[in-house]
Amino acid sequence: MAPRASRFKKLLGPMDGNSTTPAEPNMSDLLLKVGQTRDIEQFEVLFKHFAPRVKAYMAKTGSPGVAEELMQETMVAVWNKAGMYDSSRGAASTWIFSIARNLRIDAYRREKHPEFDENDPALLPASERAADDRIVGEQSAMLIREAMATLPADQAEVLRLAYYEDNSQSEIASALSLPLGTVKSRMRLAFLKLRAALGETGELT
Amino acid sequence: MPRHHLGDDLLVSYAAGNLAEGWSLAVATHLALCPACRARLAVAEAAGGEMLEAAGMAPVGSGAWAAIRDRLTTPVPTPRTSATQSAILPRPLRDYVGGDIDAIRWRALGKGAAQLRLKTGDRETQVRLLKIPAGKPVPEHSHGGRELTVVLTGAFHDGETVFARGDIEDADASVQHIPTATPDADCICLAVTDSPLKFRSWIVRALQPVLGI
Repeated sequence: MAPRASRFKKLLGPMDGNSTTPAEPNMSDLLLKVGQTRDIEQFEVLFKHFAPRVKAYMAKTGSPGVAEELMQETMVAVWNKAGMYDSSRGAASTWIFSIARNLRIDAYRREKHPEFDENDPALLPASERAADDRIVGEQSAMLIREAMATLPADQAEVLRLAYYEDNSQSEIASALSLPLGTVKSRMRLAFLKLRAALGETGELT
Repeated sequence: MPRHHLGDDLLVSYAAGNLAEGWSLAVATHLALCPACRARLAVAEAAGGEMLEAAGMAPVGSGAWAAIRDRLTTPVPTPRTSATQSAILPRPLRDYVGGDIDAIRWRALGKGAAQLRLKTGDRETQVRLLKIPAGKPVPEHSHGGRELTVVLTGAFHDGETVFARGDIEDADASVQHIPTATPDADCICLAVTDSPLKFRSWIVRALQPVLGI
């Protein structure tokens, strides 16, 4: 245990003698490790980072008590499913978002969020080249972060209302007194910029 | 590889979790059959991840970690490979049907056409599997809102445009269309609408309450 604990401290400690800001551990690597080792101390680091964020996400559409409960449910699911996390499909934050989103839909709307299954024999697989081109883990999160920071305010607002506050396109249109077509085109423009940031520019026919 | 894909706004709404279950089922069915759209979905979900990361924090209860810690047990490993060796209907659609294509309990609509309604948790969509006989049209129809159609077997053409396995057609209320199965094979597709189809042919309209279509 000792070597792991000291490595761990180093991971969390100051980057060097001069810095007072603790280095942020790489959450995607941490989640991969938790999946492999089932280490509760490492999971606690993930919990401390994500629990307040998941609770804020849940609180957007419900009471604080319900949000706390859904946060706990989400974090237990993260622990239980950690072995299935695959960094080639994105950062830890993306994976945890999708778990939280599905639980939120289930709790507030009593609906499912149907999803494909990567291991389904009927699934049409990606070509190997396309799979190799994927940007993995924290790297994709960093590129998305930079791109989102430079979105025009009106496009960022539409994304926040959709992702964070769970508004449909027509709800966003009425909240902002905009035609539905304008909401769709802001979503489209924002999405094109995010795809470009990840090097995806290929047009679909 | 499909040639007709999910629109950006549909994909973003699916990733954000704002679509009703019925629409999401059509989106997920296309995604299973379209690696290109799965790559686009990864970007749309990464936007959600970044939103989670940056949009806010709420203080958690002081005993939250202790409470969670007690609930952490060693999970029972779930088998990662599916028991099925091959399938025509992709998941998640197969789960809604309760089996693959041979498990569909078709209900005849007349002239060789048939349907099976699927239940979802939402009230705003109607979800069905449709079988259109080779070379035949589905009854001419317009609809009050959106219609998403995903082809599962065979193909249909709508005007000049051909839709084959995996392709998704997104038609709005203004479209007066006549999807017609190609002559080589029956066409089975998943059709999601947000209001009962308004069939234009008087005979079908007359039978609509009886057939439940």
